[in-house]
Amino acid sequence: MSVNSNKKILDASKLSLILSRLASQIFENHIDFSDVVLVGIQPRGKILSQKICNLLNEKFDVGEIKLGFLDITFFRDDFGREKKILNANETNIDFLIENKTVILIDDVLYTGRSIRAALSALQSFGRPKKVELLNLIDRRFSRHLPIQPDYCGCQVDAINNQTVSVKWMENDGEDAVYLHIKDE
Amino acid sequence: MSKKLSVSNLLGIKYLNENDINLIFETANNFSEVINRKIKKVPSLRDITIANLFFENSTRTKISFELAQKRLSADVVNFSSSSSSISKGETLADTVNNILSMKVDMVVMRHPSPGASVFLSKNIDTCIINAGDGCHEHPTQALLDSYTLVQNLGTLSGKKIVIVGDILHSRVALSNIFLFKKLGAEVKVCGPKSLIPKHVEKLGVTYEFSLESALRWCDVASMLRIQNERMNQSFFPTTREYSRDFGLDSKKLKQIDKKIIITHPGPINRGVELSSDIIDSGKTVILDQVENGVAIRMAVMYLLASRL
Repeated sequence: MSVNSNKKILDASKLSLILSRLASQIFENHIDFSDVVLVGIQPRGKILSQKICNLLNEKFDVGEIKLGFLDITFFRDDFGREKKILNANETNIDFLIENKTVILIDDVLYTGRSIRAALSALQSFGRPKKVELLNLIDRRFSRHLPIQPDYCGCQVDAINNQTVSVKWMENDGEDAVYLHIKDE
Repeated sequence: MSKKLSVSNLLGIKYLNENDINLIFETANNFSEVINRKIKKVPSLRDITIANLFFENSTRTKISFELAQKRLSADVVNFSSSSSSISKGETLADTVNNILSMKVDMVVMRHPSPGASVFLSKNIDTCIINAGDGCHEHPTQALLDSYTLVQNLGTLSGKKIVIVGDILHSRVALSNIFLFKKLGAEVKVCGPKSLIPKHVEKLGVTYEFSLESALRWCDVASMLRIQNERMNQSFFPTTREYSRDFGLDSKKLKQIDKKIIITHPGPINRGVELSSDIIDSGKTVILDQVENGVAIRMAVMYLLASRL
């Protein structure tokens, strides 16, 4: 018999505080934003990257920041290895990243394989000067690759039968982060 | 939710359902973006080997498939019947089985006999993509035609499409009829009576022998080539007469005084089914069809390889 349970680990007010801190950290690290671009990894990093971009504009008035969305489906390393088919999302990067600092944005960092795929996919748009990684949730102790975030919202220690899901008002009707536990 | 094709081979449009077609179009949208990047290659199929078996001449389709395979990072082997052991008497199934024993994962085949790919799918255990079998089907051509039309019209539902020319010998015509009907379009065929198949109305299409009336009725005119290589008798008196009655030129377009989309699967016989002034005026979507061909073939191979 399986028992499923959901535990809310971050609510809307805490999420708002974290987003604000992440935007502040980016602002601290980059004085000149003319060479900085934000790239949200599709599908779950898209809304997060839009929120970070808006905060940078509203709180710090950094001027126009380029924001793009990157789909990594065709660069994943599990093609044909999983039973489910990998369906693609839209990539929308209408600028070159040559010599820019790219801040890759995704909601949850788990094994690190998505980020590895994103680093390969980014090469199609030029050679960046530097790539930084921003994650809302870092599931430490679960990494398959040597990848760590530069900006981390919250660290969560979850084991393998647990999943972390980030909900956004725009898609899911609330801002929250849940820990989903499936006991079999 | 992850979506997948209901078929494990692409043998013809008649085996696809509406969800399959939509999934192929959605995936082609993504590949369309990929092939317009500065770096056009993705690593998805890097551990897949594909054999292109062309038992009949081809330029566009072969190049398009090969480019699509290379853009997906697949390993490609090419085969053409003129330089093969077919001429030494080997059967089709034996030839393909020999190639497969060299660990090939997918076969793209063009063959002059209708049903060759269906025959192969029943006799060998691999993924087969039909790149044209005699005068039966040419599914990837139909998919790229409809994809181009959907890009231009938004939807094919309720649209009126006329297919003009050699309907009798054209595999493109048959695949297009199946696909246009599945996408909700009204289809008419037009051409000399000798080149319209008997009982064509059983496919759910109407026919018309006057090009002018057909053009006045339609939103899209899909022009076809006369397939001289498949004709073993004379089907019309002269090419000049055919061109006068069923060739499209700017004079006939002016007469109907409405905007229609003109497609052609290539290769074009200039001055026969389409006049040079129309081809060169940019009033057709022929080059869009060619560009979309690569994206559609990438999508088909990507989705089928996911099932291997």
